[in-house]
Formats: sequence, structure tokens, C-alpha cells
Amino acid sequence: MQERENTDGFVVFDHVQKSYDGETLVVKDLNLSIGKGEFLTMLGPSGSGKTTCLMMLAGFETATHGDIRLDGRPINSVPPHKRGIGMVFQNYALFPHMTVGENLGFPLEVRGMGKFDREAKIKRALDMVQMGAFINRRPAQLSGGQQQRIALARALVFDPSLVLMDEPLGALDKQLREHMQFEIKHLHDSLGITVVYVTHDQGEALTMSDRIAVFNDGRIQQLAAPNELYEAPQNSFVAQFIGENNKLPGTIEEIADGRATVRLQTGEFITATPVNVSQKGQPTLVSIRPERVEYMPERLPAGAHTIDAEVLEFIYMGDMFRTRLKVAGTDDFVIKNRNTMEQRRLQPGEIVKIGWAPQDARALDPL
Amino acid sequence: MSDMTATTTSVSEALTTADGRPLKAALRRAQSLAKRRAFMLVLPLLAFIVVTFVMPIGELLHESIYNPDFHDNMPETVAWFAANPPSTVPDEAAFTALADDLKTSAAARTVAQVGTRVNYVMPGTRSLFTATGRKAKSLQPPYKDALIAADPKWGDPDLWATMRQVSSSYTADFYLAALDHTHGPKGNIVPVPADQAIYLMLFERTFLVAAAITFICFVIGFPVAHLLSVLPLRTSNLLMIFVLLPFWTSLLVRTTSWIALLQREGVVNDVLVYLGVIDAHGRLQMIYNQTGTIVAMTHILLPFMILPLYSVMRPIPPSYVRAARSLGATSWTAFRRIYFPQTLPGIGAGSLLVFILAVGYYITPALVGGASGQLISNQVAYFITGAGNNWSMGCAIAGLLLAAILILYWVYDRLVGIDNLKLG
Repeated sequence: MQERENTDGFVVFDHVQKSYDGETLVVKDLNLSIGKGEFLTMLGPSGSGKTTCLMMLAGFETATHGDIRLDGRPINSVPPHKRGIGMVFQNYALFPHMTVGENLGFPLEVRGMGKFDREAKIKRALDMVQMGAFINRRPAQLSGGQQQRIALARALVFDPSLVLMDEPLGALDKQLREHMQFEIKHLHDSLGITVVYVTHDQGEALTMSDRIAVFNDGRIQQLAAPNELYEAPQNSFVAQFIGENNKLPGTIEEIADGRATVRLQTGEFITATPVNVSQKGQPTLVSIRPERVEYMPERLPAGAHTIDAEVLEFIYMGDMFRTRLKVAGTDDFVIKNRNTMEQRRLQPGEIVKIGWAPQDARALDPL
Repeated sequence: MSDMTATTTSVSEALTTADGRPLKAALRRAQSLAKRRAFMLVLPLLAFIVVTFVMPIGELLHESIYNPDFHDNMPETVAWFAANPPSTVPDEAAFTALADDLKTSAAARTVAQVGTRVNYVMPGTRSLFTATGRKAKSLQPPYKDALIAADPKWGDPDLWATMRQVSSSYTADFYLAALDHTHGPKGNIVPVPADQAIYLMLFERTFLVAAAITFICFVIGFPVAHLLSVLPLRTSNLLMIFVLLPFWTSLLVRTTSWIALLQREGVVNDVLVYLGVIDAHGRLQMIYNQTGTIVAMTHILLPFMILPLYSVMRPIPPSYVRAARSLGATSWTAFRRIYFPQTLPGIGAGSLLVFILAVGYYITPALVGGASGQLISNQVAYFITGAGNNWSMGCAIAGLLLAAILILYWVYDRLVGIDNLKLG
């Protein structure tokens, strides 16, 4: 992640709370500052409050408490049409009774722009998403991917400085989704716009974002760059939600010199990096990424901790091998290894010694 | 971009199956069984529609141009008309034929039918036929003198012109009459005297009242349908029961409750008097006139507007209006440019439904319409069941009504497109 200058506070959520029924809070005390030109993703399971935050920013929901500021200006009482925020909706929301050109012309027309200027802008926006030839089509005559591009062009055609995207790729197939991820990313880079992107797809979030805010239960669980989020999750939820994760339950035996000794359920001791555990006797979940686990002795990193494991299942996945093991009483411990020439394939029933570097084992709060 | 390139394959020669037969023929054969089965499934309904819908309407249209009462009972007179051109002055042969026919039909007790048929065109002649029919046996030649002696009207050239006119079984007279026109003395088509012309006025009134009802239903129904479509399903289902409640109440009960509300001593007038809006002597006449017809029929037809509107509005996702708002449109612009156009199929369907039902509505205008609230359907009922006793006339009016509806349908198709119609 590159450091940005002057990135503080293009969009600011200041102690924002939201409740629909006056009994439960959907968004609990949200504080978030999004820099100008940043690509920020709100990631979380459904019901985590991320879409509510986006809707409050767009002006379709009002914050129950707290301030939302756009470019230093409080916008709580500004109606949506005066916020000048571009938005791409989950189902694209292309107006079915208008052609592609009319759809793109709509935001320009309501701003009172003349026909000549409008046409130039529409053409430029369509060319930007390589859809220039489709100006006279109706949305129903376009494929999902094409509709997606038009929705993107429409959100950008009036040059907003902030664009919100609400799961825009959810309806596309995998290949097209991955392709569009890159295109959106490139548009963001070339236009210098600020993007707030909502998704529940962690792969999408990792690929595209400058920073990711992981939402759960109405709170931001962690706000960090993708690599930090993946490699150094701050709590069990984030470790679970981002990527695949092995967890070994246990209790803290000792914490010293930034190292924690954890006693596993089977009585074995392992060393881990303490993250949000602080005292002896505390229950913990040790989290280890599947691709950081090795079983060939010559590949074990120096000072690696090793433990016995029984192979339960071997799955050939093409570029990867995926092996399920029984480790310290847990039988869903998964390791992933690249399919290289020298990689040995484990056989079910085999007992191997597996190991990992101590910093890759992170002692987190129990869920 | 793989998703953007449309691949088109042009087939230059006819495709064949693996064993060399034309593909199209093979496809037809493969589908014919399924098609036959599908046809058998709809056959009962098709038969039902033919028996209960197509045939009665055909019969109705036939009845409106067919009346054999004169033709069948007065064969000799009919033969004389056929043999002599229209302007011929009736001679002794004509009177002989007439007298013979009167004798036979008097014996067969059909002379009243004949008189009724002539009476449709020339009022006041029915008694002439029945009276002469009673004396028919005693008539002696020369018949011309005998008949004119029995009643001088028999010498009236207009009567003879009328008899010639009704002597054919097939006639467009009833349609002419339903359009307030008749045959003049020279056989030409002339409007009936102003004091007898009622049908065109009634048609016009019917269409105006139906248009007013449709418009009021739209104005009242649109917000209701919108509310139902945005509420959570549980709440909207509950409210929908209130919309449908009128369907579950007897038409008569609903109409009489409007009488209770709107009559001179009714609830509405009482409230207005109590509030001092109107004077006790100036109570409003809101029932037994056009107002009553419009109010009661709007109430009855409202669900027919709300239901198609609701079914169109429900699937419109709120994201369209949100998108429009985020693109810079005020809520009014978003409604006008984005939401409203998408409800047009429902508006079209609802309006067409309400209008067509209103045009043919009978019971409510009959009960609460008074004189000024009578519609054309009341005339149809009058002729078919009531004192009018003229099936052909009733059928002709109904036929015109049917034609008007079909024209309306055609106009709608030209303006909006019939495929742009969503009934639910």
C-alpha cells in the first residue's frame, strides 16, 4: 500500500449510529475517514451494516446519530440529488424505458446541460467502458457484463469526485467478475476518483482496494490495507472472514517477549504471536494460514514449530494440493501446497510432521 | 471483450439430420406430438369459449340485423313488393295480397307480431294491424275499398313505404335507429326529429361518464397502489384485503349503502348541514342523478384499477428511483421521468378495464342513476327485458357498444401497443 499525502477526511463518518427500529443498532459508533482518491472497500457478511453505511453516505438513509462529512461539509441534511455522488447499484438500476444514451444523458439533462455538451460527454463515458457502439440499445438488449459497464459509465458521466458501488459485480459469472475488477480498478487509477465499494466477496476486496474496512455486527472489525488484513488479522472474525484459516483452540500458558505459549486441547504446547490476548489462562484461538504450513522437512523455516498430524484427505486442485489433516484433536486442519515438481503428495492415513514459522501462528480471541 | 462480440452464423444451405432428412421437417415431426397434446389440453376451454362467448355474440349480432316477423307472416304482400318497384302506387292486387295475408296471420294469431314490427319504424301502427286483423275474416273484395273503409290509414303511402321497408328479413334499420336516424319519405337516411333523438346523446353520456369514472379511479387508485407496492408484504396484504372487500360484498348492498349515504336525508347531507356548510333547505341532490352513478360506479370499479397498477408497481425495484436521485434528479423529476413511465402498462390495463366495464355497466345506473344517470346499457336492458320488447333494437345498441370497444382497443394498440398491457 502506498502512503498518501493529504488523504485525511474527504469522506468522514464521525460517531455515526443507525437504528431502524429504535431498539437495535445496525451501525454502532462508526468512525471512518476516507482519503481523496482512495479505493476503500466495506467488506462484511450480510447484515453487518456495510450497505447501511453506503446508503447513509448516498443519502437514502439518515444517520440516527453522528455526522457524515463530504469534503469537509456535513451532508446529513443534504438530499441525495444535491450530493453529487455517483452510484452503481447491485442490479445496475438502468432505466429500462430509456436507451443507453438516454440513461447516460439523464444525469446531465437534470443538471441542465445542453444537448451538444451532453452528446460529447455521453460519447466519452461510453468510450471509457468500450461501449460506444451500444448507445441506441435498450438495457434489456444487453448482457449482464454490458449492463454493468453502462451502469459504471452512467455513474461516472457527470464527473463525480466520489463514486459508491454496492456489490456491483455480484450478478456476474466468475470470469467476467474478475475481468471487471481490473477494469474498475484501472478506471479508478486513471480518473483519480474516490471509490467506496461494498462487497461480501473477500477476493474482490483484496484485489481492488487500497484499504478494506471489515464490518461485522455494526462495527468495523479492522481497517487496513489488503496485505495487512490478510497477514495480520487483528481478531478471529477477520482471520476467519478473510481467506482460509486454520484455528487451533487452546489456553494461554505464558506471554513473554512478544511470544505466547499456548497449551492446546490435547496437551501439546505451541508458540504463537499474541495479538489480542494478554494474560495467562485466557482461552484463545491460534490462527494459521493453510499456505504457511509445510510438511517437507527441508522446507521448514528456521525455528519452526513442528507437530504431528494425520492425513485424512488429499484433494488435487490443479495448481494446488489441498490436504486435510487431523492436528491436536482438530480434524479440519487444511494445508495448501503448490503443485511443483518436487512436492510430495501425502497419502490418507499417513502421519507427518507439519510445521510453521512462529510469527505465522497468531493467538487471537476465541470467537 | 468476449461478452461484447456477437457471433452470427449464417446458414446458406438447409441443414439435414444425421440420416439426411431435412432438419426442419424432423423438428416439426418431433414437436407435433407435443403440440397435439397441448391442443387437447386447451380444447375444453376453447369449446367453452365458443359455446358461451363466440356463439352468443354471433347470435346477438345476427339478431340485430335480422327480423323476419313481417317477411314470414305476410308472404303475399312481400311477393307484391318484390314484383313492383318502390314508387308503385298500391293497386287492387296489392290490397288483395295484404288482405289475404291479414286473414292468414289473424288466423295464425301472428298479426300482432307483424304490427309490432311495423310499429318499430312507424309508431302507432300496431293497433291498426291488430284491429284490422280482428275484422279480417269479414273483409270482402274489392279489398282496397274494404280496407280503407276499415281504417283510412291503409291508404297512407307512408305506411306502404314502411311496410316495403320492413318486408325484408335482413335490415340495418335497427342500427340506424340506434344512431338516431331513420328512412325519410324518399327512402333516404335522415336524422330523427330532435325530440325523439336519445341514443347518440346516451352514447355520448355513457362514454363521458365512463371516462370520468376511469379518470377518478386512476387519481384515487394510483397512490393507493403505490403505497401497497412499497409497504412490506405483510402490511400490504392486509391493506389489499380492504381493496378487495368490495368484491366480497353484494353489488346490491354496496349500491344501497351509497343511497343511504348520499340521499337527501342521508349521512353526507346530515353532516354538511350539521357543520353548517349547507342550509337545511339546500340539501344536495347526490343520488338518482349522474353524480350518484359516478360515485357508486367509481367505488365498484376502483379495484380493477388498483390491481393492475399494483401488479406493475410491485416489481419495480426502489433502486430505479434511488439511481435517479443519486444522478441528480429531484424526487419529482425521478417520479415523472423514471417511475411513472414504468407504470404505464398498469395504467393502460387498469384504465381499459375500468372504462370497458363502466361503458357496459347496468345495475348501478339503473338503481342510483335517476333520469340523468341512465346509460346506454339501460336502453339495452329496456329493449331486451323491459317494456321496449324489441330484441333487435337491444342487440343493435349492444352491437354498437361492442364495435366502440373494439375501436377503443384498436386505438389503444396503435397509441400504446397492446403488448404494453399488464393485467397482473
